[in-house]
Amino acid sequence: MAEWIIVYGIIPFAKIAVIVLVLSGAVAYMTLLERKVIAHIQVRLGPMRVGWHGLLQPIADGLKFILKEDIVPARADKLLFTLAPAISLVPAFVVFAVIPFGPPGMMEDLLRWVLSPFLDAAAVESIATHSAASGGFVTDINIALLFVLSISSVGILGIILGGWASNSKYPLLGALRSSAQMISYEVALGFSVIGVLLVTQSLSLVQIVENQREAEVWYIFYQPLAFILFFICGMAETNRLPFDLPEAETELVGGFHTEYSGFRFSLFFIAEYAAMVTVSAVAVTLFLGGWLRPFPNVEWLSFLDLIPPLLWFVIKVFLLLYVFIWIRGTLPRYRFDQLMGYGWKLFLPLALANVIVTAGVVLALM
Amino acid sequence: METYLFYALALILVTFSILTVTARNPVRSAVYLVSALLAVAGFFFLLEAEFVGAVQVLVYVGGIMVLFLFVIMLVSIEALDRQPKVSRQWRTGVVLAVVLCLELSLLIFRGTVSLEEGLAEPGIITTTETMNTEAVGTVLYSTYLLPFEIASVLLLVAIVGAVVLAKKEI
Repeated sequence: MAEWIIVYGIIPFAKIAVIVLVLSGAVAYMTLLERKVIAHIQVRLGPMRVGWHGLLQPIADGLKFILKEDIVPARADKLLFTLAPAISLVPAFVVFAVIPFGPPGMMEDLLRWVLSPFLDAAAVESIATHSAASGGFVTDINIALLFVLSISSVGILGIILGGWASNSKYPLLGALRSSAQMISYEVALGFSVIGVLLVTQSLSLVQIVENQREAEVWYIFYQPLAFILFFICGMAETNRLPFDLPEAETELVGGFHTEYSGFRFSLFFIAEYAAMVTVSAVAVTLFLGGWLRPFPNVEWLSFLDLIPPLLWFVIKVFLLLYVFIWIRGTLPRYRFDQLMGYGWKLFLPLALANVIVTAGVVLALM
Repeated sequence: METYLFYALALILVTFSILTVTARNPVRSAVYLVSALLAVAGFFFLLEAEFVGAVQVLVYVGGIMVLFLFVIMLVSIEALDRQPKVSRQWRTGVVLAVVLCLELSLLIFRGTVSLEEGLAEPGIITTTETMNTEAVGTVLYSTYLLPFEIASVLLLVAIVGAVVLAKKEI
């Protein structure tokens, strides 16, 4: 088998398959985690019946979604109604193509072990040291951060089209709120990222983590304000409480997905949770040192290296996801005018000020 | 490989562009336009202008088209159906289309010479292969600073104009 088929064909597809499966599984168990955590915050037990402490609940839910009747409302735009869930789901998954889970060379030994029975030693060696094959990521492109921002901005089209195509009042109102909210917070989100860019001088996510290793400090210590802004705006972008006005049950029934049922509804659901995982993963990569252990410069903490980089990444993402749920369980929903006010009058000026101050400091130190 | 990708993208672009102008439903139109814009982003990626490609998606698909849809969604489709399908200015449109076609065929007829006219002076863009973004930024804020600022002032004027038109009392 030719080398390039393996490097550019089989290995990327294997990585994509792993990511899609792992992410779907993670999303499924996120729902259980959320129900359990919220339940315990409210002094309830949460799902207990299906499996030990409800561990099989996500599987039961998934089966239920598949078996439910699929209803398309009369006078709905059938093409767009069908297309909308897919439009919102695909970008959430595509973004993971550029997120580094582990350092370059993470897969080297594994590749050597897997490929050596099939290929001669020279070919195995050249594949194992090839950056596209051996890295702990699908691909490393030099505009990765822009790619993340631009692809995740496409997902909102799914929500708008889904809300419009349903041909119903509440979904339309939900879609309107959603587009206004996402446009507003995307601006502040973009500006909060620029602070990190100024410090690290690279758009490649792998390079950003490498730079944090060389700087011997996570960027959250350089850019604490940017991290907080990024997290809040990310929460708004993913329509999570306290910013879940597009699907506020008490006002809009279900918001943009009111008319959706069965598997189509679950696609929207998966997209929302996958977007949450994406925001957490990007935040971890930009601010929390990606796959690096805490305090990568402190010698006596080096026993922490026993935990592999991949696991550090997963732990950090999990912690951020927990904060997402925690906030949902603690804070009430904002009013829509409050939401827009905070977005334009508080977060955007703060993010702009952060960019200006950071740029000044970087320039002064150069 | 690049040639095949080019033709595939071109086919997508032309198909969706035609669908954009022929679709009766404005929301459908907008969706087709999104597909066409994504194909254009594909062209940029094919030319290894990945910064412009990503910005194309970010600005046009994620920003402008979302605003478009935001407005179109509120338009009643029944009211639109009663409107004439062909604009009253179709004669001007035909003239302009013919002129544009003539210009384009002239350029195509002249061959690759016509491509060289729009090129920047050699030496302005000192790009290493990898740092496309940096090259754009450097040139934009040094050599082409004035056009860049004028463009942003134009945008600002447009925003102010829109606000003035939309607000009854300021």
